[in-house]
Amino acid sequence: MLEIRNLHACINGKEILKGVNLTVRDGEIHAVMGTNGAGKSTLSNIIVGNPVYEVTEGSVLFNGVDILELKPEERANMGIFMSFQQPVEIPGVSMTNFMRAAVNARYKAMGRDLLSAGDFLKLMREKRKIVELDTKLTSRSVNEGFSGGEKKRNEIFQMAMLEPVFCILDETDSGLDVDALRIVAEGFNKLRRPETSAIVITHYQRLLDYLKPDVVSVLIDGRIVKSGDAGLAEIIERRGFDWIKEEAGL
Amino acid sequence: MNGTLQYTDFFNEVRDVLYSRSCDVMNRQRAEALETFMRVGFPTRKNERYKYTDVLQAFAPDYGIALSPLDGNLPQYCYRIGDAPIDVAQYYNCIADREDAVVCLNTMLCVDTVLVYIPRNKCPDHPIQIGNILKGDRDTMVNRRLLIVLEEGARADIIITDHAVNDCSFLTNQVIEAFVGDNSCLNLYEIEETHLLCTRYSNVYIHEGRDARVRHTSLSLFNGNTRNSCTVRLAGEGAEVSLNGCVIADKMQRVDNNTRIEHLVPHCTSNELYKYVLDDNAVGAFAGLVYVKEGAQKTSSAMTNANLCATRSAHMYTQPMLEIYADDVKCSHGSTVGQLGDEALFYMRQRGISLEEARLLMKAAFITEVIDMIPLEPLRDRLHFQVDKRLRGELSKCEGCKLCK
Repeated sequence: MLEIRNLHACINGKEILKGVNLTVRDGEIHAVMGTNGAGKSTLSNIIVGNPVYEVTEGSVLFNGVDILELKPEERANMGIFMSFQQPVEIPGVSMTNFMRAAVNARYKAMGRDLLSAGDFLKLMREKRKIVELDTKLTSRSVNEGFSGGEKKRNEIFQMAMLEPVFCILDETDSGLDVDALRIVAEGFNKLRRPETSAIVITHYQRLLDYLKPDVVSVLIDGRIVKSGDAGLAEIIERRGFDWIKEEAGL
Repeated sequence: MNGTLQYTDFFNEVRDVLYSRSCDVMNRQRAEALETFMRVGFPTRKNERYKYTDVLQAFAPDYGIALSPLDGNLPQYCYRIGDAPIDVAQYYNCIADREDAVVCLNTMLCVDTVLVYIPRNKCPDHPIQIGNILKGDRDTMVNRRLLIVLEEGARADIIITDHAVNDCSFLTNQVIEAFVGDNSCLNLYEIEETHLLCTRYSNVYIHEGRDARVRHTSLSLFNGNTRNSCTVRLAGEGAEVSLNGCVIADKMQRVDNNTRIEHLVPHCTSNELYKYVLDDNAVGAFAGLVYVKEGAQKTSSAMTNANLCATRSAHMYTQPMLEIYADDVKCSHGSTVGQLGDEALFYMRQRGISLEEARLLMKAAFITEVIDMIPLEPLRDRLHFQVDKRLRGELSKCEGCKLCK
């Protein structure tokens, strides 16, 4: 589904990614772990086309198409979704209007008929329940006045509405208490179809206990230095990253 | 004096027509207005209230000047001034600034005045809409005048709309005087939807008595070059005023709003919110003054001007001012100029919303605050719709207009 080849990228002239190679197969949950500042968020932001980052070399193929030249909205409408590490507050723009515009764009791209106002609100109600998101929140402005946990739930709610085929969960577990973490993770599992793939960025084993990754890769200093199965995450939880750094000669 | 000659010449030419078509109350004011107009001349940018607008340039072109009396049926409580059921001499031209040359020009050349008179404790069944439709086969200047008198305990919603139906240049010079009596309530809305070749000068004067409540909302949705001023005198204790405005401007459009609120007695309240969304090469200006007279204790006043410049070439001038001569008051003023947030735009794009649509959602969200404050629900809904259309570039300025496509 996703193939990243020799990806180099920088922000404000500083090189962050120094030749990342990573493949995510159809239906695969791929965990990316790594030290602070290793480039995990940079990697996910580049996949979704955040204009702040500059790609200097390499390619990102999504189902065979090089997406690096595509606009963020074009990538989103191909079914790429990112749950933001820090969801943005947009005062004045109501959740309903925002979601309506997003769902319309996605449905248009999929060649589906647009929903009537009534059906749309019904869909909002249904999907909201999956992540137990309060009714009050969907009638407010986007993320405005939401607590940290509510913002993360809201991300998964949006994912439910947009039915992506490829998801990036960028530290979706950070700032969540144990119950909220369970709700978010179980919500994700419920929404996931067999062909859905995901990159899961996290520092903690707990989220991976729920999501059960097929592959775990370790990103250190702008490169993938080690990959393994779910067992690798457990070792990292116990022993940290130093032994991997030594192995890689860093 | 600069630029005044063509108008004084014209006045002398049409003097007889003017006097014969008009009523005594108006005619009695013309000579003094002419004298002042010749003496002071058009205001320059050195005049504090005209600092952001080039008046001379606006009035320099050779316009045909409309001298026809009002036509059309007037709704309940509305009169041509000549048919007024009250003595209007005690109101007409009494609170307008007689030293302002633009006002003087109106007083000199205006043929007819609409009077809205609401007697004591009365309230019209429906809001009153006064539509100004500019049409003509040549470039035209229009001097128009509105006099509003609300007696004690009266209330009224008055909606004034400006439209232009063909692509001539139009210069509108409007003067509104509103006398809002004790414990009465006036909601006054002004909505401009004209086109790029329209120039609008508007001077509004409002006088409030004890416990009077006024809400004035000015909406510049589509225009050419607009300069609005609003002066409010809070002359009775317990009077309240809200001055709100929203401006959407792009291309080469200009909108200058100038307000002055005078707290003359204690225990009055004023609130002011003006919001601008500027795109392309648009220029906006806002200058607001709250003046608190000595002894006007317990004044409560808040003024906010917030602006969004969507491009680097859009310009906003903002000048919130306070002048306070009393020592027990609560007054705040502030202004902001900002851009669309890149993070928010990217967030929306990641959800599949196009950059254009995302910008539109944010602009509409910004301006919505002013629209949401309008108590008249059908008007509020209509304006939400109009604002959305305007931001999408679909607002039809005038049928068949080739200029603002």
